[in-house]
Amino acid sequence: MTVSTEILRRTPLHALHLELGGKMVPFAGYEMPVQYPHGILKEHLHTRAKAGLFDVSHMGQGFLSGEVNALERVTPADVAGLKEGMQRYGLLLTPQGTIKDDFMFSRLAGEPDLYLVVNAGGKEADFAYINATLKGAAMVTPRFDRALLALQGPAAEAVLARHAPGVADLTFMKVIRATVAGAPAIVSRTGYTGEDGFEISIEGADAEKVARALLGEPEVLPIGLGARDSLRLEAGLGLYGHDIDETVDPAEAALLWSIGKRRKEARDFPGGEKTMAGNPARKLVGIRPQGRAPAREGTQIMAAGRAVGRVTSGGFGPSVNGPVAMGMVETPFAAPGTELELMVRGQALPAVVTSLPFVPHTYKR
Amino acid sequence: MRETRYTDQHEWVRLEGDEATVGITKFAAEQLGDVVYVELPAKGKTVAAGAEAAVVESVKAASEVYAPLGGEVTGANDALAAAPSKVNDDPEGEGWFFRLKLSDPAAFAKLMDAAAYAAFVKGL
Repeated sequence: MTVSTEILRRTPLHALHLELGGKMVPFAGYEMPVQYPHGILKEHLHTRAKAGLFDVSHMGQGFLSGEVNALERVTPADVAGLKEGMQRYGLLLTPQGTIKDDFMFSRLAGEPDLYLVVNAGGKEADFAYINATLKGAAMVTPRFDRALLALQGPAAEAVLARHAPGVADLTFMKVIRATVAGAPAIVSRTGYTGEDGFEISIEGADAEKVARALLGEPEVLPIGLGARDSLRLEAGLGLYGHDIDETVDPAEAALLWSIGKRRKEARDFPGGEKTMAGNPARKLVGIRPQGRAPAREGTQIMAAGRAVGRVTSGGFGPSVNGPVAMGMVETPFAAPGTELELMVRGQALPAVVTSLPFVPHTYKR
Repeated sequence: MRETRYTDQHEWVRLEGDEATVGITKFAAEQLGDVVYVELPAKGKTVAAGAEAAVVESVKAASEVYAPLGGEVTGANDALAAAPSKVNDDPEGEGWFFRLKLSDPAAFAKLMDAAAYAAFVKGL
């Protein structure tokens, strides 16, 4: 047995997680709850039935100031065209045009700065990279001390509306400043579960108050990172560091949709010519094992008698009541309906390429 | 007489004559979390003591279940295919994994009894 000497960071809700019976595990340098006493299955199903509250304060929040549209130097997303009051998904690209991270950026009404949220694992490196590349034009100021909560599920709107007037008017990807349970917040109608819901950014000092207010509502249960992962996988949403990484470009990642139309035509982003050439050698696809056994990340994918790819995310989908996976396969084997074999414990288990998502999204459009 | 003994790999063994029923303990089931899939050994298979005999998968990961004693598999709990949650609901009863005809029934006495296993778990 190895004893870890890693010093883990804590979010402002650490004490609350312990009080709620959270099973704490290391994640991206933080001590985070993988589940609470209900367990991953119940937490997952509850989120799709009612509402789940997630602490995602480990993610990297920051504000970009200056010539903010210069962010287009490092992302193929349409930043300049993002309207006030809107949030958008973008890819952070390396100079070679591969994916350094994925992130959300928002333009708050009447404010010059862009509000950014990047993944926890790369937050320091991402912001350093943005600052180095945008030097002289714009600069991101990290606000890692802020907290971030996600409230997801069909009851999220009703619950949040009791504590934050005005949120019911938001549609998918809208973002506003609002007061939530008495705390100043940035609220966006977005999430990582495929369900309707909100992400709520607040000062660290207000995190516990807001979390307790929302957890006090009868529809809400606290949800850990275990269920967050099974929810996003069913929703067909990739996880950076697993489904996408610095060896993958936006075309291979099936994320061309996140590139703005103007940017596609201009090809004015790192790796633009290659990414827009339209013939990636491999593609990220959804995969449904046909039996009951899950196929985990790293599982070799076979077809036509040879290895044609590997599973990049895999597990059990409680809402589909079966195993689900995403994987990178050679393009000729990427069409939905293609039969594959997954090498699990020395056996070739049948699987099929499946269109994503596994569970339909219920965003409020 | 039926007696249940335990291993330090968190398996339980219930012996009746020379046939043993094997499963994972309540402690192991709690550590694992929700079980979503169980892979059981085929009837007729011979397993050595300590060898991998089954696999139990939770939402997050797969874990091996070892044969606590050597023998021939005489049956497996087919009900777990449709209802893997039995492992969480009743790990030491309806959540049993497989049955073995022991090659050395005397070895059963060397396993931990309930008190010894409880002390072992407490010390973890």
